[in-house]
Amino acid sequence: MPLEPAVTDLEQLKDRPAVAALLKWNTTAVQGAKWDRGELSIYVARENIRDACAHLKAQGLTDYLSDLTCADFYPREPRFEMAYHLLSISRKERVRLKVRLSGDDAVLESVTPVWPSANFFEREVFDLFGVRFLGHPYLRRIMLPEEWEGHPLRKDYPVEGYR
Amino acid sequence: MGHLNPSPAIDLAEDKTMVLNMGPQHPSTHGVLRLLLEIDGEAVVRMMPDIGFLHTGIEKTCEAKFYQQVVPLTDRIDYLCPMVNNLCYVLAVEKLLGLEIPPRAQWMRVLLAELQRISSHLVWLGTHAMDIGAMSVFLYCFREREELLRIYEMVSGQRMMTSYFRIGGLSMEPPLGFFEAVRKFLKIFPERIDEYEDLLTGNRIFINRLKGVAQISAEDAMAIGLSGPSLRASGIDFDIRRDMPYCGYENFKFKVPTAKDGDVWARYVCRVQELRESTSIAVQALEGMPTGPIKADAPKVVLPDREKMKTQMEALIYHFKIVTEGFTVPEGEVYQAIESPRGEMGYYVVSDGTAKPMRVHMRSPSYANLQALPAMCEGKLIADVVAAIGSIDIVLGEIDR
Repeated sequence: MPLEPAVTDLEQLKDRPAVAALLKWNTTAVQGAKWDRGELSIYVARENIRDACAHLKAQGLTDYLSDLTCADFYPREPRFEMAYHLLSISRKERVRLKVRLSGDDAVLESVTPVWPSANFFEREVFDLFGVRFLGHPYLRRIMLPEEWEGHPLRKDYPVEGYR
Repeated sequence: MGHLNPSPAIDLAEDKTMVLNMGPQHPSTHGVLRLLLEIDGEAVVRMMPDIGFLHTGIEKTCEAKFYQQVVPLTDRIDYLCPMVNNLCYVLAVEKLLGLEIPPRAQWMRVLLAELQRISSHLVWLGTHAMDIGAMSVFLYCFREREELLRIYEMVSGQRMMTSYFRIGGLSMEPPLGFFEAVRKFLKIFPERIDEYEDLLTGNRIFINRLKGVAQISAEDAMAIGLSGPSLRASGIDFDIRRDMPYCGYENFKFKVPTAKDGDVWARYVCRVQELRESTSIAVQALEGMPTGPIKADAPKVVLPDREKMKTQMEALIYHFKIVTEGFTVPEGEVYQAIESPRGEMGYYVVSDGTAKPMRVHMRSPSYANLQALPAMCEGKLIADVVAAIGSIDIVLGEIDR
């Protein structure tokens, strides 16, 4: 299966159920979409992530949060890209929501009211990337000791040696 | 990890309750899990898991390694089924590369992944039963697990940290006598499952300790992120192997055991049924094992055979380049999920076009399953906490990573 080039044109992807549902709900919330290697990613505005999750859940397009994580593209700005891997167990389909975050203002709304399972995942991202989640019930370090300084999975944190 | 703070989470709700610290060195927590329990007499009012004691920063380490060097790291995440971790990672990278895997390698992967599921479930069954008080089952389970470990040693040279699956196929052709050993094991194993069931399934003490304990409804289970046999025991009929097949699972016929009650007993029944189904898949893989190469035809990614490397100049050059510089992976991101013995295991790999992954995230099933523990235990008796921990089958290695 040779690699096909990724489709990043929103016009070509607007017929996908998840993209169509989000566009119908709020056109400004959808910043872009990507179809690559059989996986659909939708870029969502930072302010809308919780409502977008709630909308997709209410529309019956997803019913399970598989994974929630972050990647650091330092030194590019906006450096963080949050990835929400949503699964529909009834439709057997996955969709990935992505949110871009800048380094000096890495704050976004927690999705725990929509997906209670996001609790540990968001704590992990907070612990290792330093992204803050508004409205999280218990946002504290989960892997590292409370008094740890820095966030190890950031690209400007060294892999070895002294800090 | 709040281990310097005696009780990070719990402010006592009322004066009559007390905080009980369980773990991290507690035999029934299956590793280094610490639980803070606020108890009112015999009842658990609140539960707070405290994790991170085994955090080794594997995800950070991955970013400093070449793609092929990450495979041995994935062994160490879930040490009860290392090959399933290998499989998930190599599938993710193969998806990034767009590599096609020859059928023999795929069937070998299925065969070994199912044997790993059996050996992982055997450890679960033995320790879970021992937590409840049925000591002897542990010895029976480890007797069969030992045979499986010998099979892994045959095929990879290691009992536990196998690293047998490589990007693009397998590390080597299975040795002579391997298929015979697997066939011999699969022939006796159904009888051995009957033996465990004779000890447990009809045992009235065991039934009373498990039935109706730590129940969780289907809606709650989905919301809190349970997956795998624990989710199926709550009545959700979903198995990634069947519903979103990977690695050629669409060629195999198997049933997905489910149960309705969502209690510890239902999870026990589902897993024991899975032992039988995995045996049947392994038998199918063994009987239909195709012949042919075990590595993909991609000289820039897959290490050449030893023989070729010593006789052909080009193969030697590729070998040298892969070992010293790695291979580049086209830019992109993938999320590859597979059905591990514990539930949905997913690898999210982001490539920036270089020879090292930019980000590797492991969605470990135990991490999400652990979140369900408070929902299962709060308001119930403290004596049932141990049964609940055993029933979600957590591995702390993959929780803390």
